[in-house]
Amino acid sequence: MADLSVQIGSLRLRNPLIAASGCFGYGVEYAEAVDLATLGGVAVKGLFLAEREGHAPPRIVETPAGMLNAIGLQGIGVHRFVAEKLPELRRRGATTIVNVCGSTIDEYCEVSRVLSDAEGVAAIELNISCPNIKEGGIQFGCSLVGTHDVVSAVRKVTSLPVIPKLTPNVTDVASFARAAKEAGADAVSLVNTFLAMAIDVETRRPKLSNGVGGLSGPAIRPIAVRMVWECFQAVDLPIIGMGGIATVQDALEFVIAGASAVQVGTANFVQPLLWGDLLAGVEEYLDRHGLARLQDLVGTLDLGPGRTQWIAS
Amino acid sequence: MLDVPADVVANTWLSSDYNVLSLASPGIASVARPGQFVMVKPVGGLDPLLRRPFSIFEILRDEDGEPTGISLLNKRVGTGTSLLFAARVGDVVPTLGPLGRPFEPVDPPAEAWMVAGGVGLAPFATLAEALAARGTATTLFYGARTGDDLYYRHLFEDLGVALVLATEDGSTGARGFITGPLTGALERRPADRPVVVYACGPTPMMRAVADLGARARRDVFVSLEPVMGCGMGGCYSCVVPVRRDGGSHYVRSCLDGPVFDAASLVWDTLPSGGH
Repeated sequence: MADLSVQIGSLRLRNPLIAASGCFGYGVEYAEAVDLATLGGVAVKGLFLAEREGHAPPRIVETPAGMLNAIGLQGIGVHRFVAEKLPELRRRGATTIVNVCGSTIDEYCEVSRVLSDAEGVAAIELNISCPNIKEGGIQFGCSLVGTHDVVSAVRKVTSLPVIPKLTPNVTDVASFARAAKEAGADAVSLVNTFLAMAIDVETRRPKLSNGVGGLSGPAIRPIAVRMVWECFQAVDLPIIGMGGIATVQDALEFVIAGASAVQVGTANFVQPLLWGDLLAGVEEYLDRHGLARLQDLVGTLDLGPGRTQWIAS
Repeated sequence: MLDVPADVVANTWLSSDYNVLSLASPGIASVARPGQFVMVKPVGGLDPLLRRPFSIFEILRDEDGEPTGISLLNKRVGTGTSLLFAARVGDVVPTLGPLGRPFEPVDPPAEAWMVAGGVGLAPFATLAEALAARGTATTLFYGARTGDDLYYRHLFEDLGVALVLATEDGSTGARGFITGPLTGALERRPADRPVVVYACGPTPMMRAVADLGARARRDVFVSLEPVMGCGMGGCYSCVVPVRRDGGSHYVRSCLDGPVFDAASLVWDTLPSGGH
């Protein structure tokens, strides 16, 4: 059987399948249905220092092969997370990746410090890409300087692996991966959702209370694959790929494009028990292709004879 | 909680908009409690992408009384519900459940009054069974647009449930909303005779029932039907506002509901419902 493990800095995942932040609650909600210890990782819902109420409903709307969300990062805050959720995640053997939010660089650092002092956090995923809140987050993720500043500041306060989660709502995502590496990131994860909008034509009102929201699901997958490929070419840094993964083939596409691990988000809403089939499918593929290690597949895109470089339009 | 590829064993069209879809799912049927729901996927494709929440309507049983499946009371409104309206025997409907916080059936000497508006009848068949098993005297206040839209009355009558009916066109029962007859019944009820009210239907109806219950100092439990993404607590899309610390706080109706104590909800900002 092939070796499915993934090494990201000091973070070792038993396999490449991670439940995506914002799509898996705090993990404990799924603990009766899914053996959390069999997942490569559990990326829990984004946390600020304090509790947040989030946006008014309606918070989601379906679109063809996708959905828009504007939850607004409702959350219990890092202190309650450490006290109320982390012990169960630890007991269940989850590899817990905490999605860290902030309105200021100081807040990112403080949340990261709290998590570093807690027992049972495997890594920090820096949320610099939520499209749905006014303050913080994306104001850092859409600026190269902002990305660099947040990552380097958090880097100084924690020895946990730091994984900035990049937004696709920029012209050149690879430059953000570069900025993250220069600032000391251990990996990058991408993509967060695409800023989007849906309108009720009868009322002429937006379908989300927030007006705009983030598009996820299979609809975005080809764009996300392309962005992972761009980052893989641009920077020598592990990539956690995501965006519309629902099947084994989807996950493999990201790995071949350059992702060392993948996150599954929206598909988990539809098929919360999909993890076993995904894992078995990845193993079957590696065996069938005679690959001893998943990592031997990462970034092995075959451009065809005579083509060594992808040419952007 | 199970995720089963449930065979459609029957699809009964009640009208041009309403149908009852029977799904083979003994595992879900044998553990479901009154008022719980399932998340069903209308078709296997990507549009619509998400599952839809449905109250479990009936528990289907074989001749020996063993649970074989569940039925769903569906009203055709959008894409997903239209697909479920058109489902054929032999189709497979992925069904996840049972989910959510159930109704707590009240014991005698208290009476149970169930208040249903339209498709809001759905959670009351299983509740009526549980109440009948306890010997709790039960009344169903059931309102719809017309008499033709009042379904499955026999199911409740067979369980010994008293029926009070209202239609907006006056074709059956009282004319107007079901809250009319409920108002009178609450006013006439002596204070020393306990009654617990259960309500499901359009949000304005449930709010009116909540207000009537509060005025009459009776407990009211409502089954909400907000838009849901996952039904498992993962997405935080189905939140409803509840009272906390003198303010309002969003909680997930898939985990903390769909059944809520009506007095705990902030009705002014409650979203007006999903399917």
